[in-house]
Amino acid sequence: MFSLESLTTLVQDWLNKTFPPAIALLFEFVIVGVLAIALFAALGLVLVIMERKVAAWIQIRLGPNRVGPKGMFQSAADTVKLIMKEGLTPDGADKFLFNLAPFIVMMVAMLVLAPIGFAKGFHIWDINIGVLYVSAISSVSVIGILMAGWSSNNKYSLLGAMRSGAQMVSYELSVGLSVLSIIVLTGSLNINDIVLSQQNGWWLFKAHIPAIISFVIFIIAVTAETNRAPFDLSEAESELTAGFHTEYSGMKFALFFLAEYINIFIVCAIGATLFLGGWMPFHIGNWESFNHVMDYIPTFLWFFGKTFFLIFLIMWFRWTFPRLRVDQLLNLEWKYLLPISMVNLIMMTLVAIKGWHF
Amino acid sequence: MGAAYLLVLIAAAIAFSAGGIAIAKIFVKGSTNPQKGQAYECGIPAVGSPWNQFNVGYYLFALIFLIFDVELVFMYPWAVVVKQVGITALFEIIVFFFILFMGFLYAHKKGALKWI
Repeated sequence: MFSLESLTTLVQDWLNKTFPPAIALLFEFVIVGVLAIALFAALGLVLVIMERKVAAWIQIRLGPNRVGPKGMFQSAADTVKLIMKEGLTPDGADKFLFNLAPFIVMMVAMLVLAPIGFAKGFHIWDINIGVLYVSAISSVSVIGILMAGWSSNNKYSLLGAMRSGAQMVSYELSVGLSVLSIIVLTGSLNINDIVLSQQNGWWLFKAHIPAIISFVIFIIAVTAETNRAPFDLSEAESELTAGFHTEYSGMKFALFFLAEYINIFIVCAIGATLFLGGWMPFHIGNWESFNHVMDYIPTFLWFFGKTFFLIFLIMWFRWTFPRLRVDQLLNLEWKYLLPISMVNLIMMTLVAIKGWHF
Repeated sequence: MGAAYLLVLIAAAIAFSAGGIAIAKIFVKGSTNPQKGQAYECGIPAVGSPWNQFNVGYYLFALIFLIFDVELVFMYPWAVVVKQVGITALFEIIVFFFILFMGFLYAHKKGALKWI
């Protein structure tokens, strides 16, 4: 059976045998960097075409269908178009911060990839505080967005950035509390341990109603965190032209756009890891033969399948719900989601201590 | 050793972004036009500067967020050990939440959560 773990050990062994240790390590770093860049580019292309196809499917139209078979190369053509565009810096802008902001947003998106387990034994850095690391690093992207909005010297940009900042910091609390309610069950922040603790079933099914409540809260809150509709106030195109990246064009705009899609992928990957078992195949308690059949599907397919299911869910929201007003948005978080998730966490603690979960 | 991978990832992000911008620079001819550098505002010249006073609502929400975020950081270690500590941890977190919730209610009563 094909597995990414055996592939990595094969490459590692070969490197260690052929080269001295220092050079082998250097080659390993280069491979990791190139793979991360390749994953970024591939995800950008796939998610953009997926977004447009899902939108078309929901609205009963064809969507992009001119470039390549069924329009599959549309996003590659868009990338070429964006490279051909001139990247302008407005005269009134704070030039240094204006050019720094896309780099910060990209760096954050790249750094968060480190602890995510893509398949069994396949991750960049198996850090023991994985979940805390992800929530710490991902909150830095607010700084990049505020920087972009403020330095543009444009009213739309500043308004979009401020809204985005208020929204992202608010919903971070709900994300944190719903993540904590799973940590209470696993007793570990390590992503690998969290996945292994779901060997006999996923937490969404094992931990009764509190897990389902925290899953729903998690999905709502990450939709707001990534500035997706119905919470896309920061770039509400009908009122703020493009929000915080109004003044960006060409490749710098493309970087913001890419980082946004990568962030969606990352939050969905975290959601899949915590609630749906990450790369763990679908297991039911002690049904040995059923579990064995499920094990034949490679683990990375499970991971990407679950992640893309959650991404599809978030894309579905966009065409189902109308946009909220800024006061409604903050009310939803502070008056409903936050108290509910606090009570839910207490319920989950009781479930964990009493051992009522499976 | 693992921490070195973070440097690798940062380098990869910088290489990706800078490489993209550099490639775009090669292909773009570009022309000079004084109107190109203006801020976008409905097609007419921008009036006033955006860098002045701003709605106080954002500031109040940021302050309340700060309190809750610090609380959240305290809860990560608690969540890891809660199963070993047992029922005592549950009562502790209820007391913790109660104190926090009183502060939250105070902010709510003072109208900090009302959008102006």
